Amino acid sequence: MKATPPPEILQAPLVVEFPFTRSLGPVQSAFLTGLRERTVLGVRTETGEILVPPVEYDPATAAELRDLVEVGVTGTVTTWAWNPEPRRGQPLATPFAWVLVRLDGADTAVLHALDAPGPEAVRTGLRVRIRWAAERSGAITDIACFEPYDSDPVVEHRPHDGLFADSVTGIVAPARLDYTYSPGAAQTRYLRGLAERRTVGERCPSCTKVYVPPRGACPTCGIATTDRVEVGPAGTVTTFCIVNIKAKNADIDVPYVYAHIALDGAGLALHGRIGGIPYDQVRMGLRVEPVWSEDGRYPDHYRPTGEPDADYDTYKELL
Amino acid sequence: MPKEPVAVVGIGQTKHVAARHDVSIAGLVREAAVRALADAELTWADIDAVVIGKAPDFFEGVMMPELYLADALGAVGKPMLRVHTAGSVGGSTALVAANLVSARVHRTVLTLAFEKQSESNAMWGLSLPVPFQQPLLAGAGGFFAPHVRAYMRRTGAPDAVGSLVAYKDRRNALKNPYAHLHEHDLTLEKVQASPMLWDPIRYSETCPSSDGACAMVLTDREGAARAPRPPAWVHGGAMRSEPTLFAGKDFVSPRAGRDCAADVYRQAGITDPRREIDAVEMYVPFSWYEPMWLENLGFAEEGEGWKLTEAGVTELDGDLPVNPSGGVLSTNPIGASGMIRFAEAALQVRGAAGEHQVDGARRALGHAYGGGAQFFSMWLVGDTPPAG
Repeated sequence: MKATPPPEILQAPLVVEFPFTRSLGPVQSAFLTGLRERTVLGVRTETGEILVPPVEYDPATAAELRDLVEVGVTGTVTTWAWNPEPRRGQPLATPFAWVLVRLDGADTAVLHALDAPGPEAVRTGLRVRIRWAAERSGAITDIACFEPYDSDPVVEHRPHDGLFADSVTGIVAPARLDYTYSPGAAQTRYLRGLAERRTVGERCPSCTKVYVPPRGACPTCGIATTDRVEVGPAGTVTTFCIVNIKAKNADIDVPYVYAHIALDGAGLALHGRIGGIPYDQVRMGLRVEPVWSEDGRYPDHYRPTGEPDADYDTYKELL
Repeated sequence: MPKEPVAVVGIGQTKHVAARHDVSIAGLVREAAVRALADAELTWADIDAVVIGKAPDFFEGVMMPELYLADALGAVGKPMLRVHTAGSVGGSTALVAANLVSARVHRTVLTLAFEKQSESNAMWGLSLPVPFQQPLLAGAGGFFAPHVRAYMRRTGAPDAVGSLVAYKDRRNALKNPYAHLHEHDLTLEKVQASPMLWDPIRYSETCPSSDGACAMVLTDREGAARAPRPPAWVHGGAMRSEPTLFAGKDFVSPRAGRDCAADVYRQAGITDPRREIDAVEMYVPFSWYEPMWLENLGFAEEGEGWKLTEAGVTELDGDLPVNPSGGVLSTNPIGASGMIRFAEAALQVRGAAGEHQVDGARRALGHAYGGGAQFFSMWLVGDTPPAG
């Protein structure tokens, strides 16, 4: 049974996605470029086995493999599983079979999709052929899928130099992960406080340090922090840097000051931007207070309070 | 039963560059591994286990390199392990491999670390849009720059020290054919005139993004006796961790780093590291970390590290050369950077460092750290087997 967190704990979707690039190297470059040209390449091992898809290094002996051969576009299903509910990004949108297909001339099988009306139409030993995608770019998706095709198996392979005009040397491999993220009970309490513009940390009952933001436990003592303590609102700039290059996802004009700020009563510094003062006048020991925006979850920035600077000895352990 | 002494008998690196578009990741790691085997005059069949490390998964989107790279690294029928410890991973990977030999689990182990930063995005990997969290406002350098300012405030170090480190390391890199940056025209004035990115860190005081791999073959006493070239012997190795953030954390001189160094020195019988160690390969991604780590690793008293740098002690011909290879400031395939430090320390005591050889180096320290100064790994290697 799936445990659902109590409703008072915050949670939100977190989608992590990025288009990673991959250089292919000589063997995968030939294989994928071949698919674009409706040619399936395998590689011959030292013992004469034909591996399809080809690999750069022999899985058994670690030898470098470069001896490419062309195999057939028809083959035999060696095993399969029915996929009744295709998901986002899969080869076919309608129910299909995942199949391992040993192409004619190959000694190993390739994983792909088989377009079939239902599981009763699929069996191990079924003869199939490649259905090529109409638009091909040098990717495994150039094989749209396999389809049933009645033919006699043949042992068919011939040497291939792997050379094509305008070969594909790299691919983009988009990665995407969908999470449901919960910051947990302590962070939820902290955020509820911030919504009222109060900064509430939690004190470790053993070392008495006040954690801001709280994490529910003291990382040094390893015990729960239970005692809630309001800190700030003012604090001290303990150290900082002047940012002169724009960070990708930060919509702030440079230069600006990124500082470590020890709120009064906190056992460690948190991070924030300093405003309301020229960037080149910010200094260690500057006394600051939060400035809230209308809709922000966190203070937009911190500005000088006008108090005298804090003495170094009062914050030197909080850098 | 005493531990088995561990020897480094093979070292291989790729020529580190901004982008290796000509090879797959498998091809890249293979290149380093083949060179390490050739150095040791061994074949795949001589290897009993493979231990690999790489940068965090989100950096380059390869979640299971041990699965993908088993063919390229000849791991069929052998144990293959993967180690994760952020930026220090190259160092901790080598130590896991060394421990397998020292515990007599395996006799000869191939260890390897890599990264293709050209196919990664470290900044993206470090700044995922986690709900409810305040985004990091400053980029990677902005995370470290406040700690550098704290060091300067604490020690009164003059502003120019950082540029001295960058200039030294880039000149050392000119003597290392595998280094990424070969800036023949660089001058100290150019370093000092380079743009301030995250004040107090200048552009020329930051590390590059590199594609590269580093591999080592580690073996036992019998394996070392058969080695065609002088081995480096592991005299001590240790790892330490601490939380990235906690009340009382000292970012300038983290306790985990101090404790890790002390453990290594104790194992190696070192009581005065400044006098007894001949060369250091330390993880310096931003120039100011050299004086900071000189203190953290016990080469200087607190507040005195910058004086060694300023006096030229850490130059290639100085009394305590630091990063004769050019260091992380000249070469930074993140996942491999720690192992390159360990391998370069070993090259020094083998007398095999070529143009960047430190004359008469008999004991050298390799150092790596990562994860916002959370993980530390170090080893001390010597030109003779450890005592006992």
